Amino acid sequence: MSEGTGTDSGYEVVSRWYAGLGGFFTAVASAVLAFFVGGLVVVATGHDPFAAYKAIFSGTGLSWFFPWVQGDERFSAALDLQQTLIITTPLMLTALAVAFAFRCGMFNIGGQGQYFVGLLTALYLGHVFVGMPRPLHVLVCCVGAILGGAIWAGIAGFLKAAFGAHEVISTIMLNWIALWVGKYFVELGGWMQGSEPDVPRSYDVADSAKLWPIWGALQPLHAGIFIALFSLVVYHFLLNRTTLGYEVRAVGFNPEAARYGGINVSKNYILAMAISGAFAGLAGSVDILGWKFHQAINDYDVSFVGFIGIAVALLGRNKAVGILFAALLFGALQVGTSPRQLSGTDFPPELATNLSTMIQALIILFVGAELLVVYAWNARKKMGFGGSTTPRIKPQEL
Amino acid sequence: MAEAPLLELKGITKRFPGVVANDGVDFDLRKGEVHALLGENGAGKSTLMNILYGLYHPDEGEFRLNGKPLRINSPREAIDAGIGMVHQHFMLIPVMTVAENIVLAAEPTRGPFLDEGNAEERVRELSERFGLAVRPDAFVERISVGMQQRVEILKALYRGAEILILDEPTAVLTPQESAELFEIITSLKGEGKSIIFITHKLNEVLEIADRITVLRRGKTIDTVPREGATEEGLARLMVGREVILRVDKSPAQPGHPLLVVENLVVDDERGLECVRGISFEVRAGEIVGIAGVDGNGQSELIDAITGLRPARSGKITVNNREVTGDSPRECLDAGVGHIPEDRQVRGLVLDFTLAENIALHDYREEPDSKHGWLFPKRLTARARNLLKEFDVRGGGPETRAGALSGGNQQKVIVAREVSRDPSVLVAAQPTRGLDVGAIEFVHRRLVEERDEGRGILLVSFELDEILSLSDRILVLYEGNIVAEYGPDVSEEEIGLAMLGGKREATAA
Repeated sequence: MSEGTGTDSGYEVVSRWYAGLGGFFTAVASAVLAFFVGGLVVVATGHDPFAAYKAIFSGTGLSWFFPWVQGDERFSAALDLQQTLIITTPLMLTALAVAFAFRCGMFNIGGQGQYFVGLLTALYLGHVFVGMPRPLHVLVCCVGAILGGAIWAGIAGFLKAAFGAHEVISTIMLNWIALWVGKYFVELGGWMQGSEPDVPRSYDVADSAKLWPIWGALQPLHAGIFIALFSLVVYHFLLNRTTLGYEVRAVGFNPEAARYGGINVSKNYILAMAISGAFAGLAGSVDILGWKFHQAINDYDVSFVGFIGIAVALLGRNKAVGILFAALLFGALQVGTSPRQLSGTDFPPELATNLSTMIQALIILFVGAELLVVYAWNARKKMGFGGSTTPRIKPQEL
Repeated sequence: MAEAPLLELKGITKRFPGVVANDGVDFDLRKGEVHALLGENGAGKSTLMNILYGLYHPDEGEFRLNGKPLRINSPREAIDAGIGMVHQHFMLIPVMTVAENIVLAAEPTRGPFLDEGNAEERVRELSERFGLAVRPDAFVERISVGMQQRVEILKALYRGAEILILDEPTAVLTPQESAELFEIITSLKGEGKSIIFITHKLNEVLEIADRITVLRRGKTIDTVPREGATEEGLARLMVGREVILRVDKSPAQPGHPLLVVENLVVDDERGLECVRGISFEVRAGEIVGIAGVDGNGQSELIDAITGLRPARSGKITVNNREVTGDSPRECLDAGVGHIPEDRQVRGLVLDFTLAENIALHDYREEPDSKHGWLFPKRLTARARNLLKEFDVRGGGPETRAGALSGGNQQKVIVAREVSRDPSVLVAAQPTRGLDVGAIEFVHRRLVEERDEGRGILLVSFELDEILSLSDRILVLYEGNIVAEYGPDVSEEEIGLAMLGGKREATAA
């Protein structure tokens, strides 16, 4: 009675604050725990985990942010940081692809395929329209990649809306189609093969289609990072400040209530998948226009941005800010453990990539396990062991 | 007070985060009495009984059985102590026979095999002793809800229950079935069983209970004998203020038809014909009640009118505009408001805020949005006004809908639907699970909307609700309208028609 009609009750405020803080806290705790377990593995291989992590950290270039790092050290840190940010850029976008579909109640595992489709579309457009003014050419390539990714993911959305085909199955199948068709294009004699007849590699994008370098000289950070950061903002506003986002969220939370409310659920499945694919397609274009410039046949086998995007979205809790930091963590980890960054004395370089993959997997495991912790917490309370002030947490609030 | 109580609950306190569900509750049960536990939803009745049945552990307080202290940590221990509970939702296995269900977990065996004959014999014996008339060899899925409830009662008796807890037993029954249940309760009492009867229905309490304990906000308010108790008095104890139980309304002054349904045929999910060619109209300024037992085509009829399910044939007209086959959006735009049957599944997005839920139909229109841009502040402002007008408690515009109590959730839905100014308001089970105070609110509001000139189609399984609100009553039985009555029809007559009796009478 005492709580008025105008404001939230104290309990609501506290529990929401707790859930919000808990979300941040458990994400960080998952990461810390993963690094700890990873450290045990380093010990098991007979190396010093502190030295290994120090080497990994210095390989990420994040020390550039420390003002006391000066001289040569600062110079090499800058080079590493450029690498880290180049890798982080597409991760933000593929994570958005997962997050957007997720908010509509779907699991888009097809980020990788949508990424390839966007990449190849941008590559093609970047190659054929030679002589176009640079801003226009870049724009054409990016829009093409967005549409390519959107259509590719939209197929899965359509199959779900029209026939009830589960998006997990259809996006996985679309991944393989994109991969093998993509390989076929750049294969010897392929439609997109470059000028060297014995090299299974595509042609290059024209200079007019390349994204502007903004920092560094060797392999400079490119303007794609602004595209990714801008996309985070777009994601946030699209979801929370437009009628489209309202519909997507309503369908994601409760399709039956959405339908009752007059929302076309099928349309939203297709649209949400398409927008989701647009982010992944854009990731492909920033990579090809920013630093790759061409696609070789074996590039397909070492690219996992679409899949790492799932982990980034999970750790970032489908929120724009969360995705920013989660992408930076995964990007840094990838660069810091790449064999060329580590000397054999700290950790065998050939094992370093495995360590990185392992830590990523552990983070996902712990983030997932947190749901178990929440259930255990609530169950404990239900059994009557809990104190009277413990708030009930719902998994989706975290 | 010479008689010592069979069971005593003293100072039971149970806290949940943010609420005290039971706050020092005292309750006692004498041998061979029916003791009603009366209270609004959320008053703590079910919590108290779940504690007694071993599903929850109290934070404070003690039990005494026959004067001896008792600890109950699980339903198993409750059963061993002679306490049986019939839950609101039955826990029966549909593909097994009545006898198999009853002996489950305590089967008579012959060697390693179930002694089917013995089981049936023992069930038949119990059934006859208490006048339950249950056939032990019938399959549970084939028998009526009322019968299933008797099976649950038998199950408790079979396990040796001396104390029987009935949790809102009449919620799922027709009036005839309720009357039969009361006979069974009387016969159980005659055999020396003691019964705790949980309800929020006042008329039932006065009919069956020997003593009545009223809970409000987790506290025992009073325990009174039935003699001298009145509905008004009990309602005051329950709610804590004067409640107007009779719906105050003037005779309807129907105007032009707003909703016209002609020869409507609707199929269910399995493609079976559920609404079989019915025709009726709802005019401006009248409440038309659809009475009937659950599952006679009500849901399909509502879904067809609101565009949520296609009609196979026939015609639906709202405000002289045909809406047959239209989308839910088009039906909304034609002027149909809909208070849905299930507020948590359909009526609300529980993870949305109240402001977002209130915008569920209007988010695409100004002032909520413009050119696809949503204005959250305007949503909030509109919600704040509506929440105040409809007296929604327990949260503000930014509160998650799932955090509200059922009654307040329903108020949010009513606020949303009414504020859209619909011509036709379809109210499906608008007070299901609500307490007296909230029911009073919803009923008053529906009458007000009628007086504003809307046409209201009320679908309810509660005969009381239909009778007290409707200006005309249609009885739906197996997808047909089998009878139409004015507002002054007797409960018995409608009850008979609801079971199909009327149709045979007219056919003959």
